[in-house]
Amino acid sequence: MSEERGSAGSVETKHFTFASPPGEFALECGERLGPVTLAYETYGELNERKSNAILVLHALSGDAHVAGFHEGDRNPGWWDAMVGPGKGLDTKKYFVICSNVIGGCRGSTGPSSIDVRTGRPYGLRFPLITVKDMVTAQLRLIDHLGIEKLLAVVGGSMGGMQVLQWMVSYPERVRSAIPISTALKHTPQQIAFNEVGRQAIMADPDWRDGNYYGRSPPAKGLSLARMVGHITYMSDVSMEEKFGRRLVANRQPFKFSADFEVEGYLRHRGDNFVRRFDANSYLYLTKAIDHFNITDGKAIGEIFRGLKAKVLVLAFKSDWLYPSYQSREIVKACKLAGVDTTYCEINSTYGHDAFLLEVEDETRLLRHFLETVHDGQEAPV
Amino acid sequence: MKDEQRPIRPDHRVILQWVEGRSSVLDLGCGEGELLSILAQQKQVRGQGIEIDERAISKCVASGLSVFQEDIDTGLAEYPDKSFDYVILNQSFQQVRRPDFVLREALRVGKKCIVSFPNFAYYAARLQMLLGGKVPVTRALPYEWYDTPNLHFLSISDFIEYCAKRGFTIEGTSFITKEKEVRVFPNLFAEIGIFLLSM
Repeated sequence: MSEERGSAGSVETKHFTFASPPGEFALECGERLGPVTLAYETYGELNERKSNAILVLHALSGDAHVAGFHEGDRNPGWWDAMVGPGKGLDTKKYFVICSNVIGGCRGSTGPSSIDVRTGRPYGLRFPLITVKDMVTAQLRLIDHLGIEKLLAVVGGSMGGMQVLQWMVSYPERVRSAIPISTALKHTPQQIAFNEVGRQAIMADPDWRDGNYYGRSPPAKGLSLARMVGHITYMSDVSMEEKFGRRLVANRQPFKFSADFEVEGYLRHRGDNFVRRFDANSYLYLTKAIDHFNITDGKAIGEIFRGLKAKVLVLAFKSDWLYPSYQSREIVKACKLAGVDTTYCEINSTYGHDAFLLEVEDETRLLRHFLETVHDGQEAPV
Repeated sequence: MKDEQRPIRPDHRVILQWVEGRSSVLDLGCGEGELLSILAQQKQVRGQGIEIDERAISKCVASGLSVFQEDIDTGLAEYPDKSFDYVILNQSFQQVRRPDFVLREALRVGKKCIVSFPNFAYYAARLQMLLGGKVPVTRALPYEWYDTPNLHFLSISDFIEYCAKRGFTIEGTSFITKEKEVRVFPNLFAEIGIFLLSM
């Protein structure tokens, strides 16, 4: 276990384009979209048997850049602590892939992309996309990379929903699945928080029914949406530890400027988000996860019926946005379907953010779990 | 497993003999998964553990086992009838809040059930009570009264009587100490009682 952990190093985002007209991509809503581009990154080497590929699925605000550094960047990818040589997803052993979801704004086709029919960005002409569409698009990328069966699909939150979708839509293409801090479907509370975020964006006069490209974007609205989001990603304990009631250093005379550190932090996170995220993408992606319902009218015991993959479900104790009972529902569905499953509820005070931060516990569990799956398949039968 | 070959614990040895090869096993309170690992290696069982302690679960995952982090006092409701060949309560039976409920659930979910527990009527325990006037501390019951995971104290005779009352069939028994099998007066000379039950 004392293996040296290193950085994934310098990486570049690649692009894969498919579904050019007339062979457009058929979406779940019935509309067709094309061409579709997915931005993706890979780390490590695909082995000769193509049996060591792990697909990482990102959350709402994530992108293809999981680990390592882009040229000139000071900050690494969003799960750098987990992905790299000697880390939980060991790139010396595994070939790790991550792609930006369809509907996103970080290199994949989304509402800010140019609609070839009009030569202008889609805006609200972009069709409604679903978690299933995200996964169907990823499958095209996996096919393109020549991978018959993924060693694992892993992701937290919205990424976890994609993991569940893989388990249901393409069970024969995955050897194992690791859904983290996620749910079979959104509760009214989860939908409600997303709706507040969407209303904040749509109430911003700069939003202009989604036609803001080339003008000033709805920065205030998107920033406010992000602030609400951040509150739901933390816990009362983690906020107490991080900010307490401390006041900001350079307080202005009282005019409702940020007095408390927590206010300054939220404003800062909101402003930062605007620089890298498209407001329309935020609307489309939050709708996709609100509509997500993997049960699809089936009895809970039938959802994963017949699934051969090994499953590791993880939840975190202080996560109140995706509480552990939602993960236990996933476990129940696996149990009733006779799926080989492990469930662990990790002690943490970080709230929903824990899936990005509790790296030590996750490393230990994922590393051993993946070894069991990997070594199991390599062994002669 | 890369671990050095440690000698198999006497209670594990008994269970290993009873469990049929390639069967399915649910181990309630599996701890770090020692028994399940042995059963998987030597009997190729399809094993599933239930354990409440996060660190123990991490050890199970390291041994390649599948475990649910759950409370066994409430954890079996989701399993259909007879979904495992064996349900095992090895030294966890006396630690559950509702042993009667848990055992009946175990016998519903498993075709057979293996139960083991420390024998409270072991002669050394009796002597400590009788002569010392104190709650016994023995090898099989190593805890002080103020710091013990054991919630129920029962003897081999208690358990046999209980099974008769509930109508459980005792298909096999093994009474042991750390060193050997006990054949005479097990309720006096055995530290641990192990039962194979069906309903």
